[in-house]
Amino acid sequence: MVDVTGSRRADVLVSDGRIAAVGDGLDAREVLDAGGCIVAPGLVDLHTHLRQPGREEAETVETGARAAALGGYTAVVAMPNTDPPLDTAAAVREVLDLGVKAVCDVRVAGAITKGRAGRELAPLGEMADLGVRLFTDDGAGVQDGRLMRRALEYASALGVTLAQHCEDSVLAAGGHMHEGAWSSRLGIPGMPAEAEEVMVARDIALARLTGGRVHFLHLSTAGSVAAVRAAKAEGLDVTAEAAPHHFTLTDAAVASYDTVFKVNPPLRTPADVEAVKAGLADGTIDAIATDHAPHAPEHKEVPFDEARPGMLGLETALSLALTELELPVTAVLALLSWQPARIAGIDSSHGGPLGPGRPANLCVFDASTSWVVDPAALASRSRNTPYAGRAMTGKVRHTVLRGEPVVVDGEAQR
Amino acid sequence: MRSLLSVADLGVDGIEEVMRATDSFVEVSERAIPRVPALRGKTVVSLFYEESTRTRLSFEMAAKRLSADTMNFAVSSSAVKKGESLRDTCQTIEAMGIDALVVRHASAGVPWQVASWVGCSVINGGDGWHEHPTQALLDCYTIRGRRGSLEGLRIAVVGDVKHSRVARSGVLAFTMLGAEVTVVAPPTLLPPSLDGWPVEVSHDLDTVLPKADVVYLLRMQAERQQEALLPSLREYTARYGLTRDRVRLLPDDALVMHPGPINRGVEIAADVADLERSLITRQVANGVAVRMAVLFLLLGQGPSGPLSGRQGPSGPPSGRQGPSGPPSGNVTARG
Repeated sequence: MVDVTGSRRADVLVSDGRIAAVGDGLDAREVLDAGGCIVAPGLVDLHTHLRQPGREEAETVETGARAAALGGYTAVVAMPNTDPPLDTAAAVREVLDLGVKAVCDVRVAGAITKGRAGRELAPLGEMADLGVRLFTDDGAGVQDGRLMRRALEYASALGVTLAQHCEDSVLAAGGHMHEGAWSSRLGIPGMPAEAEEVMVARDIALARLTGGRVHFLHLSTAGSVAAVRAAKAEGLDVTAEAAPHHFTLTDAAVASYDTVFKVNPPLRTPADVEAVKAGLADGTIDAIATDHAPHAPEHKEVPFDEARPGMLGLETALSLALTELELPVTAVLALLSWQPARIAGIDSSHGGPLGPGRPANLCVFDASTSWVVDPAALASRSRNTPYAGRAMTGKVRHTVLRGEPVVVDGEAQR
Repeated sequence: MRSLLSVADLGVDGIEEVMRATDSFVEVSERAIPRVPALRGKTVVSLFYEESTRTRLSFEMAAKRLSADTMNFAVSSSAVKKGESLRDTCQTIEAMGIDALVVRHASAGVPWQVASWVGCSVINGGDGWHEHPTQALLDCYTIRGRRGSLEGLRIAVVGDVKHSRVARSGVLAFTMLGAEVTVVAPPTLLPPSLDGWPVEVSHDLDTVLPKADVVYLLRMQAERQQEALLPSLREYTARYGLTRDRVRLLPDDALVMHPGPINRGVEIAADVADLERSLITRQVANGVAVRMAVLFLLLGQGPSGPLSGRQGPSGPPSGRQGPSGPPSGNVTARG
């Protein structure tokens, strides 16, 4: 059993949705075998695109939550770039209602601006009253520095966090992959690392100016990691996440012209991958977030320039974190569970610690089981995984949500 | 080899094989009735999502001279206008029973994608900024015709390298055949990175010309001014245009080339294009014979064709391939 307090060998007794006891020789009516496995607090994804409403052919709250549960997640934060976007209390409530029946706790990030258009503030307070703790225009960054400043000032009174998709839209305009040696060779218009880094730098300055809390979504460049490291050293109230593909894959993968490798922020260079890993290892980056972005085939089986950016992530994140990062399992779980739970503002019910009285949101996985990614076998409604055919190590055996075994022996129960 | 996607797929031997075959098709082209039955019964379809005059006509003429049936898929008057996807269009055409698709598209990589979706041969007729392999082959053939070989020749590629598929394929092919290439352009018109490119870089055309055996001019498009890549075409011409005065800096036997269509007065002075040393119309004429050779080698001799055994990634001509840098011949044919 591993949680924020450390690791030990024990049984976990669950009753009425909560942990009743932790200790040796506990018995119950129903027993989940966790032999050879690690029992941990359920994983928490800060960055999930569930696509509902508007893109139900790619994913729904139900299917995305199932994929999450199979990946060991007990909570996900649904991104607001749906159609229509989640920029009102009514829109947020619709997704929260859909999440009630899901096999994963579905939380919602609200939009910072109306229509995610970057011009006027969305009703942050009304959404916060429904429990929204993260706000973002993800898919786009808030370009207007003055508006971002006001949003940070306003949000500070609500106790919520603004999460930024860092991308200067003018510098990045027209780009479809990381700008560098590969884009130059492949003839694909690129977006420079600096398009991300200038907005990271700006928002660090705005965090300093306003005292507001900024969370940096999917950091992907060495420069961004260095900037956040310096901001934390300065004592600013900033946090950051990185996506599994940004510590696993590089822009060299695009040489296949397979649109499954098109993602935003784009796959970067090996030096950037190393910097993201270092940032995850030294605490600069607080969380691994999937940026799970399902797309229907008609939006991927098109020329690279026309393909939508994004890749699946929920069902492969844990394995990649265990194998690619070369970190102790406790550190991996900190990045996947209790640290993101804190950023999402849901640490009272997710992310442990595994003690009596806590909600029974658990992930049980075998860190040594090998499996091969078969896109057709994924629970997501979409198939755009960049890891098709890749051998993975580490597999979820059971997931327990509020005391209910929603995944047993790697099978979703509903 | 079933498809021609990148010149890198051919390798030096493959390029030489195309050159040798071209020799015989030049001879065919000079006959009173320039037609041979080599591809009788074969059907070649040109699928051009981007406007083109010379490449499309050149392929069609090449196919006709080999007695193949040709069809031209006009994107503007087709189901594409009704929203048909690229994949569906390709598979629909293939279902009619064709042997080769010549694909041009504004997006880099489309011929690779098409080759993964269909079973027939795919020939890259130009993909975005990426590659235009038959142009590179006809350029090599044209230079070879005048100088015997490219080995040791100094070739200056001048102009908008960043947006040029002609430049990307040309640099690959020229250097594979032993030429030394210098790209000459303002920094805004060079690719963001030239890591792994086996080229020298210059921003000063006047210092490059006296040492050049070939000046290869690229087409300059007027819209580059709007993207803040150039102050004006006038300034471009003043610094990078092959003007009457600049031609005098060239060695006597240096050649002038251009893939066309030319902008007289922009990248090349009007009368320079017509000098004896200018090979621009020779390039067009050779283009037909080179494309005959490519079609014949891909389609003409049984299921595998004579260019067999060269599937997959070719070695980089520069020898600078590392785990991180992009090798010059990195692209894999999915033939």
